Amino acid sequence: MRLHAPSRRELLLASGTLFAWAYLPRLALAEGRDPRFLAIILRGALDGLATVAPVGDPDWVGLRGDNALTFEGKAPALKLTDFFALNPAMPNLHGMFQANEAIVVHACATPYRERSHFDGQDLLESGLPKPAASQSGWLNRALAGLAPGGRVDPKGSRVFAVGPVTPLVARGPAPVLSWSPQRIQPASDDTVARLLDLYRHSDAKLASVLEDNSKLSAIEQSGDMAMRQKPGGPGPAQVRAYFSEAAGNAAKFLAQPAGPRLGALALDGWDTHVNEGIATGRLSQLLGALDDALLAIKTNMGAAWKDTVVALSTEFGRTAHINGTDGTDHGTATVALLAGGALKGGRVIADWPGLKSADLYENRDLKPTTDLRAVLKGVLKDHLRADDRALAQNVFPGSADVKPMTGLTTSS
Amino acid sequence: MTARGQEAAALGLHRFGFGPVGDQIAIIAGDPRGALLADLDRAFAGALANDLPSSGEAARMVSDFQAERRAEQKLALRVQKAGDADSQSETMSPVTSDLAKAAIADAPPVPGKPPLPQQIIQSEAKARFDAVTGVARMNAAAAPDLGLVERLVWFWSNHFCISADKIPAMAGAYEREAIRPHVLRRFADLLLAVESHPAMLFYLDNVESMGADSIAGINRDKGLNENLARETLELHTLGVRSGYTQADVTSFANVLTGWTWINPDQPDRGGEFIYNKRLHEPGEQTVLGKTYPDTGMAQGRAVLADLARSPATAQHIAQKLAVHFVADDPPSTLVAKLAKSFRDSDGDLKEVAKTLVSADESWTPQRQKLKSPAEWIAGALRLTGAQDTIPIGPIMNAQAALGAPLWRPPAPNGYADTEAAWIDGVPHRIDVANQFAGRVRVADPLALLEAGLGPLASAETRNTVARAETRNQAVALLVMSPEFLRR
Repeated sequence: MRLHAPSRRELLLASGTLFAWAYLPRLALAEGRDPRFLAIILRGALDGLATVAPVGDPDWVGLRGDNALTFEGKAPALKLTDFFALNPAMPNLHGMFQANEAIVVHACATPYRERSHFDGQDLLESGLPKPAASQSGWLNRALAGLAPGGRVDPKGSRVFAVGPVTPLVARGPAPVLSWSPQRIQPASDDTVARLLDLYRHSDAKLASVLEDNSKLSAIEQSGDMAMRQKPGGPGPAQVRAYFSEAAGNAAKFLAQPAGPRLGALALDGWDTHVNEGIATGRLSQLLGALDDALLAIKTNMGAAWKDTVVALSTEFGRTAHINGTDGTDHGTATVALLAGGALKGGRVIADWPGLKSADLYENRDLKPTTDLRAVLKGVLKDHLRADDRALAQNVFPGSADVKPMTGLTTSS
Repeated sequence: MTARGQEAAALGLHRFGFGPVGDQIAIIAGDPRGALLADLDRAFAGALANDLPSSGEAARMVSDFQAERRAEQKLALRVQKAGDADSQSETMSPVTSDLAKAAIADAPPVPGKPPLPQQIIQSEAKARFDAVTGVARMNAAAAPDLGLVERLVWFWSNHFCISADKIPAMAGAYEREAIRPHVLRRFADLLLAVESHPAMLFYLDNVESMGADSIAGINRDKGLNENLARETLELHTLGVRSGYTQADVTSFANVLTGWTWINPDQPDRGGEFIYNKRLHEPGEQTVLGKTYPDTGMAQGRAVLADLARSPATAQHIAQKLAVHFVADDPPSTLVAKLAKSFRDSDGDLKEVAKTLVSADESWTPQRQKLKSPAEWIAGALRLTGAQDTIPIGPIMNAQAALGAPLWRPPAPNGYADTEAAWIDGVPHRIDVANQFAGRVRVADPLALLEAGLGPLASAETRNTVARAETRNQAVALLVMSPEFLRR
C-alpha cells in the first residue's frame, strides 16, 4: 500500500479558535433579544494610527510624512468623520460604519504599559490589571458569571472551540468545545523574514537556501507580499482565505438558532517592524484580509447580525513615528474596533490626546486616554447584561475604577 | 558544574540524542560523557513496551483484510448486476430522488478509520515516536533517557532499511524484532536477525529466489535472485568496491536460497520465516575465497558470521557511524578508533557506541550536521511536548512532506545522512514548525530555549525568540534556529 504523500498545502492543518458554552445571556433573552458576541484578538500589536488615521490633526502629516494616510494621494483614506479616516483596505468596515454598524475607539489601550508581546497578549486576554500567570480569560469568566441558560438542545449548550489550542481569552471555568477549520494559519512572511534575518547573522548556508527558495530579497526591496513565490510562506490570498474561513465559520456557528452565543478567535501577523506597507504593502493586505473576514461574519450571521457585536482588540499599539526601516516599533495606545448590527454605530469615540511630541506617551507612542476594559465592560454589560460587580471583580479584576462605557449598543 | 560542562551537556544531548528535555542539560552537566555511557547501560534500553502484533500476525491480518475486501467487491458487483437486470421494471429508486441526493451532499464527511495496513503502521510509528518523546518524559526523573539508544535504533534501522511501500504490514514489526534487540549487542547477531527476517527477505526478493538445481528450481524452471546477496555485501556489511566480485555475489545468493517466508495467506504461520530445503541450491559454495560446504541453512549462517568479522565491514560501519553522529566528513582518526573497537570487540555494538561517545573527536564544538527531518521533528516534539496534542497522522505527514517518510526510503541504501540531501528542504520545515508550534501551549518561550539549547543559543537566536510576535511564533523560531536544526 502506498501512503498518500501530502502536498505542502495539505499540511496546513486546522487551527484558530472559537468556543461557546452552556451559559447564556438569559437576562438578554428575557428582553426578547438573542445576542451574539465574538472577540477577535489581533496578536502582534496593530498600528492604530495606520488603521484609523487622525487626518484632521494638524501634526498628522508632519508625524508620518509619506506614510500618513490622507484623503488625497494614490490610496485615499476612507472618510469616517472630519477628523478620522479609515485605511483604504477596509471598504467593508467603512460600509458598516456608514450603516451605523461599526464603532472605532481610538487612543485606547489595556492597562499594560510595557512593550513585551507575550506579557501584553496575556494581559489583553486574561483581563488582569498587571502581567501575571493566568489560567483563564475575561471572556470565559464573563460567561461563567452569567446565569446558566438551560438550553433545550444539548448540542447547542455544549462547549465549543476551534483547533487544538484555545486562546487564553477563552479559557477558564466555562467548558470549551473545539472545531477545526480546513487550514491552519500558515507560517507567515513575517516568520520567514525573521528566520532569514537570524540565518544571515549566524548561518550563511541556511540563509542562502532560504533566500533562493523564497526569493525574499526581492520582496524585501519592494515590501510587496504579492511578489512572494512559494514555497516558504503563504501569499496574501492564503492569509485572506484563512482569516475569512476562521471568522466566517465562527459566524456560522453563532448564527445557528441552537448554536453557541459567544466565541473568540485569534488572528496573528500584526507586528510590522519593517516595510509596514500601510497603504499598499503588508499591513494593507492584512487589513484587507481582516475586512473580508468582517464581511464573512456579517454574511454568515444572516438575520442574527442585528443581534451581533464583534470586538477586535490588540495587545498594544505601535510607535507614532515611522522607524528607520519603514515600519513601526512596539508602542502603547491603538484602536479598538467594534462591528455588528447591535451597535449604535457610525461613531469614532476618542478623547484625542494630540500628536505633538509633548502629547505622546514617553515622547514616542500615542497616549492612551481610554481604557480598553471600559469598552469591553460596556459591551458585556449592555449587550449581554453582565453584572456590574462581576465585571469589576471577576471579569476584569481590580477594575472597579474603570467605568463601563455604556451606550455602545442598541440595547443600552 | 561549569559553563563548559553545560555546553558539553547541551552539545552531547543534541549530537547523540534528540536534544534535551526538561532539566537534562543541568542534570548531566557534571559529567556529560559519563551520563551518555550510562545511558547505554539502562535496563531494557531500546525495547518498546507494546502490544503490537508480530510481523507474522500483522502479515496475516493484512492478508485477511485484503481477502475480505476482494470478497466484498465481488459481492457488490454481483448485487449491482442483479440490480441492473431488475431496473427495467423498476420506477425511480429512492436514492436517485433529488431530495436524497441533496441530503447526501450536505452530510458532513464521516472521518472513518484508515485502512488496516495504515492503522498498523500508525500504531508502530506512534510507539516509535513515544520512545523518543512521551516515554522519555514520563521517566525523566527516575532514569533520564538521553535518547542515545533510540538514535542508535534509528541509525541501524536506516542502515538495514526495508520499505513499507513494498511491505506495509511488517515495517514497524521488523524494526522491533530484528533491529531493537541487537543495537547494543553483537553485530553478527544483528546481521543474522536482519537477513533472516521475512520483511527483509521479501523486500530484497529472496522469497523469489531458488537454486537453479534445487528441487523447486528444476520443477518450476526458475532460479536465482541476487538482490539480497548483493545488498548484504554492498550495503549491509563490506561496503561497495571493497573487493568482492560478481562470482562472490552469485555464490552468496546460492547460499541464501531457501531463506524465505510462509506466504501470508496461510492462516497458521503465514508471514513467518522458514528455511525451505526444496529451494536451496545443493552443493558447496565459495564466497570471498572461502569454501562453505552445503550445511543447509547453516551454510548461510556461516557466511554471514564471516562477513560480520571482516575488517572491511568494521571500516564500513565505522565510517557510517562517524558520518551519522559527528560530521559529513568525519576525522579519519575517529573512524579508525571506531573500526578498531569494532574489530577488537568482535563487533560488540555497545563497545563501539562507548568508543563513539568517549572519543574526543566526537565532541568537536563545530555543530555542522544538519538534523534529518525525522530527527528534527522528534527533537521538536520532545522539547515542546507537542506529541501530546498532535496525532501521529500529521506527524507522519510532516515527515513525508520533508522528504523522509517513515520506513519508506526510495532505495535499499536508506536515507542520506549528509547536509546536501536535506538542506534544500529547510524552508519547508518552517511550515511544519509553524503547525506544531500552533498546537502547543508554552508559557515561557525563553525558558524553553534555555531547556532546549542552553549555552548553545547565540545572542541572535535569543533575541529572535524573545522578540517574536507571539508565543507560537517564538516556538517556531526556536525550533528553526540554526542551533536547533544542527547538532
